[in-house]
Amino acid sequence: MAEPLFTPEEQKKFDAGIAEILSHYPPDRKSAGMLPALRLLQDLKGWLPPEGLRLVAKNLEVTPERAYEVASFYVMYHLKKPGKYVIDVCTNLSCSLWGAEKMLAYLEQKLGMTAGETNEKFTLRETECLASCGTAPCLQINEDHHERLTQAKLDAILARLS
Amino acid sequence: MASTAKAVEPVISAAWGKPQSWTLDSYRQRGGYDGLKRALTMEPQAIIDEVKKSNLRGRGGAGFPTGMKWSFVPKDSPKPKYLAVNGDESEPGTFKDRYILENDPHMMLEGIAIASYALGVHTCYVYLRGEFKFQAERTQAAIDEAYKAGIFGKSMLGKDFQLDCYVVRGAGAYICGEETALLESLEGKKGWPRLKPPFPAVVGLFGSPTVVNNVETLASVPCILAKGAEWYAKLGTEKSGGTHLVCLSGSVNRPGVYEVGMHTTILELIHDDQYGQGMPKGRKVKAVIPGGSSAPVLGADELDVALEFEALKMKQTMAGSGGVIVMDDATCMVRSLWRVARFYAEESCGQCTPCREGTPWQTRLLRKIEEGRGEPGDIDLLSNVASSIAPYPPIGLGNTICALGDAAALPTHSFLMRFRDEFEAHLREKRCPFGEHPWGSYGDWS
Repeated sequence: MAEPLFTPEEQKKFDAGIAEILSHYPPDRKSAGMLPALRLLQDLKGWLPPEGLRLVAKNLEVTPERAYEVASFYVMYHLKKPGKYVIDVCTNLSCSLWGAEKMLAYLEQKLGMTAGETNEKFTLRETECLASCGTAPCLQINEDHHERLTQAKLDAILARLS
Repeated sequence: MASTAKAVEPVISAAWGKPQSWTLDSYRQRGGYDGLKRALTMEPQAIIDEVKKSNLRGRGGAGFPTGMKWSFVPKDSPKPKYLAVNGDESEPGTFKDRYILENDPHMMLEGIAIASYALGVHTCYVYLRGEFKFQAERTQAAIDEAYKAGIFGKSMLGKDFQLDCYVVRGAGAYICGEETALLESLEGKKGWPRLKPPFPAVVGLFGSPTVVNNVETLASVPCILAKGAEWYAKLGTEKSGGTHLVCLSGSVNRPGVYEVGMHTTILELIHDDQYGQGMPKGRKVKAVIPGGSSAPVLGADELDVALEFEALKMKQTMAGSGGVIVMDDATCMVRSLWRVARFYAEESCGQCTPCREGTPWQTRLLRKIEEGRGEPGDIDLLSNVASSIAPYPPIGLGNTICALGDAAALPTHSFLMRFRDEFEAHLREKRCPFGEHPWGSYGDWS
């Protein structure tokens, strides 16, 4: 028998979260809750497993295909299980002018992986603007921003990741 | 340069950096919600007229007059009306709205309350870019305070007017900053822009009349009601009222968000002691993008121009979202354009063929030229590809449903027009003339 998607505690959080989300929209517009519902699922599981997408779709009264269509459009949803830490390095113009390309190369060498790869601990991605252009170079680890980075600062941040 | 630029009394950024500036207590001590109190004594149409008189123009990029946008909402519609706040802020070089959300979210919430009352809106959605987790939490905390204080909820400061306000976070798609894509996303779909007309003011969220306003635009509304439209209009120029938040980034000593008068020039912004404090390591300015990455680039000899809608339009560029990106004389322009082009290729929603196919084609050609693999004819081909997405001058004339096509083609046209010699040098020398350090002063990150 397949393992259940949620622990009882997670199930409780999911049900309460969905109810809260749906209360923000007209009763005949349940599907509008798609983005927050996908985020809720990802917050609980770390990614969007297929059975989770089916569950979200059921709660919002849409087809699972519709949930997949939306999830695959946005870059912040993970349709495959990512590493424990997802590192998004901005290399757009303002950050590159402050050395972001070299910062990414340094990270690739230090983590032994190239941008786009995933291992158990890390997913490393080159990303587009993070709205930190005035505090470049910057990156995001999971949902936390790190700005005005130097090599020493980055080393200290990485050392804190267990 | 010492301070020679005429400073302005800050309107939006006055409280930034002050202790607890994001709380309701702090906001009220500064006269917060006085504008709403006055608005609630007025007829809704009088509020719209006041905003019209103030010459407030939208701060999201297009610069459309806000009062006029509000007046397009049909008054006799039987459908509910909505307000959608555009806080998707994803254009490279632009980072002002996050400062408002972090430092003074009540200023935007008061603008929401005034706009909602004027328009007969009872539900507002604040759409923030997905990466704005901290900013979303801070906005939500301010909304909770506003509910507790009787500003939102069943009655607005004692007036029989209900308003509910919800924060929605996007999930990483620049296109959702386009107003109709934002509405699609709010409806729980992928962010595919809609054909216009009909415009959102008539057929918007859930098919109902909807006003979409940028964070800074709404944050500008309270002081118009509190101090009067004439006062606000006088702060700006004949056609554009108020002050202006500009985001300064790239090769300058002091990047940041600065509140400036519309008369402030790009040169003053870069060099003045109040703002950028000049170029690092004795470098000189080579180029400036004045309004977010989609704005046509300007050369060093074109920078004595006010950071204002009309003045920049005269230079065939735009104020856009207020993102000023400075490049110094050691920066490779081919590499800079490649970075910008990659962004639009990555962020194209894929709905229109010229944009879906053209943006990655631009990127491939630019990479080829930058890496010294360019062939004769590649520069003309690049120009042709850009023209297929949006012919020059492309503002509003592109071949795509939304302006992302224009935004992707404008940089290519303008870089080729002003810096064609650098593209030719790459072809001639079969390498990047700037070698391994194409990013100027800060390329040696360590």
